[in-house]
Amino acid sequence: MIKLGVPSKGRLMQETFDWFCARNVHLSKSGSDREYVGRVDGVADVELVLLSAGEIPRELAAGRLHMGVTGTDLVHEKLTNWSDAVEPVAEMGFGFADLIIAVPACWRDVTCLHDLDAVAARFRAQHGFRLRVATKYHRLVRQFMKAEGVADYQLVDSQGATEGAVKNETAEAIADITSTGATIEANHLRILQDGLVLKSQATLWHSKVAEGDCRALIAKIGAGS
Amino acid sequence: MSQLRAEITRLLTVFQSAGAVRVEADILQPADVLLDLYGEDIRARAYVTSDPLRGEQMLRPDFTVPVVQSHMAESAEPARYTYAGPVFRYQDNDNGRAAQSEQVGYEVFDRGQADAIEADIFVLFHQILIPLGVTASTGDVGLLVAAIEGLTTSDARKAALRRHIWRPSRFQALLARFSQPVRAKALGADGQQIGLRDASDVELRLLQLVDEVAAPPIPQFEIEALNDLLEVKGHLPEALAQLQALAWRLPAIAFAVDHMAARLAALTSAGLDVSQIGFEAAYGLTAMEYYDGFVFGFYAQHAGWPAVASGGRYDALTRVLGQGRDVPAVGGIIRPELTLRLSEGDLS
Repeated sequence: MIKLGVPSKGRLMQETFDWFCARNVHLSKSGSDREYVGRVDGVADVELVLLSAGEIPRELAAGRLHMGVTGTDLVHEKLTNWSDAVEPVAEMGFGFADLIIAVPACWRDVTCLHDLDAVAARFRAQHGFRLRVATKYHRLVRQFMKAEGVADYQLVDSQGATEGAVKNETAEAIADITSTGATIEANHLRILQDGLVLKSQATLWHSKVAEGDCRALIAKIGAGS
Repeated sequence: MSQLRAEITRLLTVFQSAGAVRVEADILQPADVLLDLYGEDIRARAYVTSDPLRGEQMLRPDFTVPVVQSHMAESAEPARYTYAGPVFRYQDNDNGRAAQSEQVGYEVFDRGQADAIEADIFVLFHQILIPLGVTASTGDVGLLVAAIEGLTTSDARKAALRRHIWRPSRFQALLARFSQPVRAKALGADGQQIGLRDASDVELRLLQLVDEVAAPPIPQFEIEALNDLLEVKGHLPEALAQLQALAWRLPAIAFAVDHMAARLAALTSAGLDVSQIGFEAAYGLTAMEYYDGFVFGFYAQHAGWPAVASGGRYDALTRVLGQGRDVPAVGGIIRPELTLRLSEGDLS
């Protein structure tokens, strides 16, 4: 039996169901709408597991799921050496989100990472602590900042409403996902020109760790190599 | 295990015979000091843990910071310290390195003649390590610091370059930027004033950016000389000759080159074969952020091993931790698990 992990809630779940449906694999919630048990029609020996998108990378890496749907951002953030544990089977064309760095729009002098680095140095000198960047994507942002040579900053954890962190004075800049940029703008922030950390979309992943034959499912959805 | 204990004791004894006092440091260190010092990168290298009362703590990633702190608090000088114990390195990538390993270290705080002190310490490490068949590499961050200081450019640009010495790609990006006329900056769209950074600081930097446009580029021959400096590489005597020749084009490094010549003379008179010791001007720039002068490492001919021993001068670190006070400091660590394996002929 192949276990397929799908986000358990909201638009991401519905779009995943639609994507599979277009490929003649019918996923549905069984029982009441509140129950997280699913069924699969159109392909044999596949079990649907509904769980939080954030837990899917870990379950794939542990081999408890054979395949799963979740964002590129979550896989890259949560799995060290992700390519050893999972491989992408198909980019699904929804759930688009860019992980970006944004600063207050009133910082007219800051449009790129070079400026952010320069301002971090003077901010630290003036305030006695490192310029704070609010995010929940710690590993991705840290690797990006290191590769780009930005210094004198610190990450502060923000698990939600990250765009409000600057206004609330818990951070000076943010790193968060955005699809249209509207929330960024509404919170008086501006995305840096070269501040794109990662482009993400909903992706179907295959666990390299789980034992089981996924070929029937992969062939059915026409994504096989 | 008992062999490792014996090796650690042997190394401690060597350092104690050189006049060092044995000191201890807690395994749990307050995270804020280390974070402030090393920045966010330390989180990718150190285990962070926390409790509700003390907040974030780190499992000791090295001994240098606690040893400097306790020295700065007690402050009898000159002082020599030795220590031994486990350090912990978080593995963000599976690179096969041990998460916990032993270190035996030696740190000297001494306002005496810098080149002689550096030579003393290097000779001590050399005596311990060379019989094990390792090779020595050295460098001197002071040369690059001096070369930056001598550039024909503004203090702000020098400070920016100095700040990024340890990030070579950023350093080169800045150098490229400063080597040509700066175009006027297209400013970002304005917005409501939010956050801790004052509007006045934005205004001030905007004025500075206007000055930047007017600033003359760093002359091309200086950029070339600086890049030639970063390329200097060879065994100590030939590297010194290269640097002495380069000092005609970069007069600002003359003092640092003399310092290196004096150190080399001290090593020679201590009986070391300096023609077998490597030197690279760019040595240690990516791995050893807090070193700001003479740096050294000893390496086994074995892929995947870290340096068997490493160290250097870190005057600036004592300034940061000393809250206004500072002291010239040189030190290094040996990895006894590796020296033990070398002495047993185990290169697996």
